[in-house]
Amino acid sequence: MVIAKTVDGEIGIMPQHAPVLGVLVEGGVLRVKREGESDLVAAVHGGFISVADDEVSVLAEAAELGSEVDVAAARDALDRAQASIEANQEDSDAAVEAKRARARLRAAGEEV
Amino acid sequence: MGAQLRLLRRRITSVKSTAKITRAQELIASSRIVKAQQRMQAAIPYEREITRAVTGVVSNAASVDHPLTVAKDNPAKAGVLIVTSDSGFAGGFNANVLREAEALRGHLEGRGLSVVPFVTGRKGVGWHTFRNREMGGSWVGFTRKPAYSDAKEIANTLIESFKDDNGIDEIHIVSTEFVSMLTQNVVVKRVLPLEVEETEATETTTIPPYFEFEPTAADVLESLLPRYVESRIFTALLQSAASEEAARRRAMKSATDNANELMRVLTQQMNQARQAEITQEISEIVGGANALADAAAGKE
Repeated sequence: MVIAKTVDGEIGIMPQHAPVLGVLVEGGVLRVKREGESDLVAAVHGGFISVADDEVSVLAEAAELGSEVDVAAARDALDRAQASIEANQEDSDAAVEAKRARARLRAAGEEV
Repeated sequence: MGAQLRLLRRRITSVKSTAKITRAQELIASSRIVKAQQRMQAAIPYEREITRAVTGVVSNAASVDHPLTVAKDNPAKAGVLIVTSDSGFAGGFNANVLREAEALRGHLEGRGLSVVPFVTGRKGVGWHTFRNREMGGSWVGFTRKPAYSDAKEIANTLIESFKDDNGIDEIHIVSTEFVSMLTQNVVVKRVLPLEVEETEATETTTIPPYFEFEPTAADVLESLLPRYVESRIFTALLQSAASEEAARRRAMKSATDNANELMRVLTQQMNQARQAEITQEISEIVGGANALADAAAGKE
């Protein structure tokens, strides 16, 4: 099963799912539940999920597997983004950065 | 005679050093092609999927009127993205692209459209500034190793101009397609408005007749189309980068071959000149000795 977060909310896709094309949120976490194996978790930033012919493809602008996330770097990025949000409330770039950093940490299995 | 010999020697040295440079360029280009090809390969799955998604949306939601899919009734301006390289020494690479761009310009103007060129690569930009052609946008400095953010920047400029009422109404790309190490073709593609392509009915992976959209078809299209344009431009940039290196390798190889041939001819000429000089010296000495001998014989 594939679980992704679209702009409408979380969507879980089981085998034989009807064709769907969804827009993914910025800084979401994608989870692929596999039989007999541990979950595949990835931080996905923006993009699309498309389901067709019993195949799920995720087109992301940027993505990173949970196991590959540099936790220290992501924490650092989150701290920096939050600092600049506190300094300037309307800093939308920093808000996106913070979202991305959070998604990366969550994908790596860290508490945020 | 001595002067000619020295002249030939000097030419041989200069040809030899040129050959060294072109040979090095050839080797550099060959190693770069491999990397450029790998980058090209890496981008293929994304482009394939996004094209599939766009096809899915457009063929499913015919009712969706998005400014990016609908051809304007009276197109007045056409934007042409011309993909050239930053550096020369690549044979006819840039000339071919620019020639094709000129042909497209003529064709579009024949349809009553005015053409706005958007140019990437120093060579193309130089070509346009030299002719005082106004450009809608120009980007330089990344043609050897284009990043996705470069494609994004270009796409944003083009899409903004496309959405603008006084902006461009069509987007074409003129770039070089990398077919193989030996074959690169200049291709002209229309990106927007989307072109309806007849797909073969025998294709096994047909798109299912319906699609659900999250949240709505229009929203999906709204965010999907810019990505699609970006991806098309990115592919064009990558293919052009690989083609540039391939063209350079070929140009440098023939330059090296020519230099070697020239060296062979010049060496032959030099040897001839040296031999002629020696022959002359000998005949002078023999002639002198004979004259002395004759003079001595006459005295007796």
